[in-house]
Amino acid sequence: MGYLLDNFFTLTITGLSLGAIYSLVALGYTLVYGVLQLINFAHSEVFMYGGFAAVWTVYALGGGSGDSLVTVIGMLLAALVVAMTVSGGVALLLERVAYRRLRKHNAPRLIALISAIGASFVLAELMGLRDKIAGFFGLSDPLRPYVRNARDSTGFAEIIEVKRLFTLGDYQVSNVDLLVITSALVMMLLLDLFVARTRFGRGIRAVAQDPEAAALMGVNSDRTVQLTFLLGGLMAGAAAVLYVIKIGSIRFDTGFLLGVKAFTAAVLGGIGNLRGALVGGLVLGLAENYGSALIGTEWRDVVAFTLLVVILLFRPTGLLGESLAKART
Amino acid sequence: MSTAKSAGAAGSRSRSFGDRVSGLPTPVKVILVIAFALLLYLLPIINPPILSTPDTDFGGVLLTVTLYVLVALGLNIVVGYAGLLDLGYVGFYAVGAYGIAVLTSQQASWPFLLALPVAVLAALVSGVILGGPTLRVRGDYLAIVTLGFGEIIRLIAVNSESLGAAAGIPDVGGPPSIELFEVPHLTWDGWVATLDLDDTSVFLEFSVVDLIPFYWLTLTVVFLVIWADIRVKDSRVGRAWEACREDEDAAELMGVPTFKFKLLAFAMGAFIGGLSGALYAGKQGFISPNSFLLLYSILFLAAVVIGGQGNRWGVIVGAVLVAYLPERFREFTEWRVLVFGLALMLLAIFRPQGLLPPRRTVRARRAEHEIETLEEGDKAHG
Amino acid sequence: MAERLLEVDDVTLRFGGVVALDQVSFHIDEGEILGLIGPNGAGKTTCFNVTTGVYQATSGDVRFRGESLAGRKRFSITKLGIARTFQNIRLFNSMTALENVMVGADAQHSTGVFSALFRLPRHRREEERGHTRALELLRLVGIEQRADELAVNLSYGDQRRLEIARALATEPQLLCLDEPAAGFNPAEKAKLMELIRTIRDTGYTVLLIEHDMRLVMGVTDRIVVLEFGRKIAEGSPAQVQDDPAVIAAYLGVDEDAADG
Repeated sequence: MGYLLDNFFTLTITGLSLGAIYSLVALGYTLVYGVLQLINFAHSEVFMYGGFAAVWTVYALGGGSGDSLVTVIGMLLAALVVAMTVSGGVALLLERVAYRRLRKHNAPRLIALISAIGASFVLAELMGLRDKIAGFFGLSDPLRPYVRNARDSTGFAEIIEVKRLFTLGDYQVSNVDLLVITSALVMMLLLDLFVARTRFGRGIRAVAQDPEAAALMGVNSDRTVQLTFLLGGLMAGAAAVLYVIKIGSIRFDTGFLLGVKAFTAAVLGGIGNLRGALVGGLVLGLAENYGSALIGTEWRDVVAFTLLVVILLFRPTGLLGESLAKART
Repeated sequence: MSTAKSAGAAGSRSRSFGDRVSGLPTPVKVILVIAFALLLYLLPIINPPILSTPDTDFGGVLLTVTLYVLVALGLNIVVGYAGLLDLGYVGFYAVGAYGIAVLTSQQASWPFLLALPVAVLAALVSGVILGGPTLRVRGDYLAIVTLGFGEIIRLIAVNSESLGAAAGIPDVGGPPSIELFEVPHLTWDGWVATLDLDDTSVFLEFSVVDLIPFYWLTLTVVFLVIWADIRVKDSRVGRAWEACREDEDAAELMGVPTFKFKLLAFAMGAFIGGLSGALYAGKQGFISPNSFLLLYSILFLAAVVIGGQGNRWGVIVGAVLVAYLPERFREFTEWRVLVFGLALMLLAIFRPQGLLPPRRTVRARRAEHEIETLEEGDKAHG
Repeated sequence: MAERLLEVDDVTLRFGGVVALDQVSFHIDEGEILGLIGPNGAGKTTCFNVTTGVYQATSGDVRFRGESLAGRKRFSITKLGIARTFQNIRLFNSMTALENVMVGADAQHSTGVFSALFRLPRHRREEERGHTRALELLRLVGIEQRADELAVNLSYGDQRRLEIARALATEPQLLCLDEPAAGFNPAEKAKLMELIRTIRDTGYTVLLIEHDMRLVMGVTDRIVVLEFGRKIAEGSPAQVQDDPAVIAAYLGVDEDAADG
């Protein structure tokens, strides 16, 4: 307990910044669940691919430590664009390959979940076996920097100089923390506005509430579903860039743990509720930090899993409880 | 069965292998089953050229395959019969394994045969404890909760010193040995087999050097479980499970106490999972938490899904594929998660009823067989 | 004096802001065939769901043979003696017709894992009884031929009849049929009317929701009419037919009379 109090601000700020990342990824889970009542198990890999895209972009642009601020910002923006595009693309691919046929045939949800699980492992293993796959096509040499050590972590070079900006209690808030928290909040705000104010966003809410009525109103459900996946993917891509900036590395199996935590965040806030995803993520980030301060850092992941189990068992509607359909304008 | 006439109006139809087999007279079937079982016991002794694994101990491979079959049979009760998607099944396996390990290793030093029922009971109890609160939860949420539990168990094992933490537990005990006689193996030179009197397995000596006696033990357990499975499935219990799976609400309204039966399925699955884990720990001689990763839950699930909706024979085939292929084709091992993940996807999308043909009940097949005999009799008498 | 089997006493059912049933009261006596009719959205299936325990009434009570249904689990309501069929057929598709009915018969049984495993006398006795009873009921509804067919492969009419057999297998006293003739042609409807009468003559009491007026008028003893969740009329077929409130409720929905 003493440790918790002594380091309260450290735990809080770092918890919020990690939580912000969870929130961004949680948006993807909550969007798809709100519209399709499907747990997109493979969303974690959508995130992971974005992470690799970001790392490789920076690498390809020749990022290294000591670059000027302008260069760094430029590279990060480029990484952001590429990552969001890649993640969005993977999400659309998933929708097309793993789920569309099942949706058309009104397959039972458990079958869709099995397909999702299979897809998740396929995507993760494709990344984890990229050296072998590249070798297969004779691309080992040209792609070497990107495909070697497929089972290991990859990260940015030290392009960002972590600067401690100011002190809050026991913690010296860094530029990275601020970057992560504000970027995440900005993205979530943009998404919220998109869903609340635009025609496309209204379409999503309509299909979430009543697919048949929405169809009668002329909303194209196929397009809407694609859009839903795309938005989730874009958010995950952004989250991935922030993740690599904050944590420093990514690996082919990073998706799993982060995905489970983000899903926990989504359920915690109320699955199907966009604002719930924000709240859930931040709460989870804080809970993990406070929890591991109390019972030991090695139990960090157990905190998340336990929270997941407890929420699903005792309050499956989550903290905010409402659904996507009822989001206010 | 005079009603058979109208149903048989379509004339003779091509009979599947399964139909032909069940059409045989009972004494013949019994002999075939016994012969097949004997063949399975002798398989590692015979060590046939194509099936055998050149780089690894064939007996060990068969043992692994048999353990997978056992696990798949247990998971089949939960997922296939009762329709409960359990993604944390490896957790019961872990409880059984850690139970044996903790009880038989240095600290406690119980004999294996005493530790076995305790470990399996622990798994059973954990199934009931897990099932109690979670079975009230909706299908896909159940999947995630069970996944959470599986991981929590593994993480507890990894982080607890008393459970060996990341290093695991060494010096796990095995079943007691009694040396009765020796069985010589066959060695092959191309297609010629000779009895090698120097390469023998001892009946029954359990050691890490020669895994064949373990294989015999596990195979026997598998036969017992199959026997129990057949008995229970073809009864009120099996029907209740299927009804729960097909339409739980309708089942409740037809008087089925669905919660009770779902919990029963969970408990039986946990029992078998724990039993497999215990045998695994016994044969390995040590355990580490890396044997209980989520990916094993996924591989077990793939075995069951390949078999389709609760078809125990299909599930056995699935388990054999999932376990045998990576061992037989060593290069395949790296690709197995990718391949079986792909299999899960493709099966879910295109053939959720599994690889094997849809089932025909024993009665339906018997009825068809009678129709055919009747028709042939009619033809003979002109 | 026939026993009052089912008593729906001032039942109101609210879903959030919507009042699905508003102070509905009626009763069913033993041996009756009671029809529940009303325009679409009147609350007939909702009322059904309350009497079979799918929904709990917000206020009021439902009593079966004097015992209140409040707070009971669904399968225990079936054990009390109420069975039902479904508007959109809900059979156990991967099981045969015979097995579907046997599940219903199992409501009376108590074989567990132990008995099944060792083929104890209880298991063998109950299997025998279940099998015999199931065949009997399949014969009663006219689909004995199809006993070993998978439920999903049966024709639409046979599926509807299978649902009835399955419901009867639970040994109910009250059989609730939810639009059993939906999608039937006139010949099938006539056969169904025969079947319902036979079921009543065998000793069961029947509660029936139907849209086909000719069928309802022809087979029921009494009719209760709902509109917007309220009871607007009750009486013999002749009385209800002439009731101005009923006619007004159905005004413009005349195709039911012209139908089938």
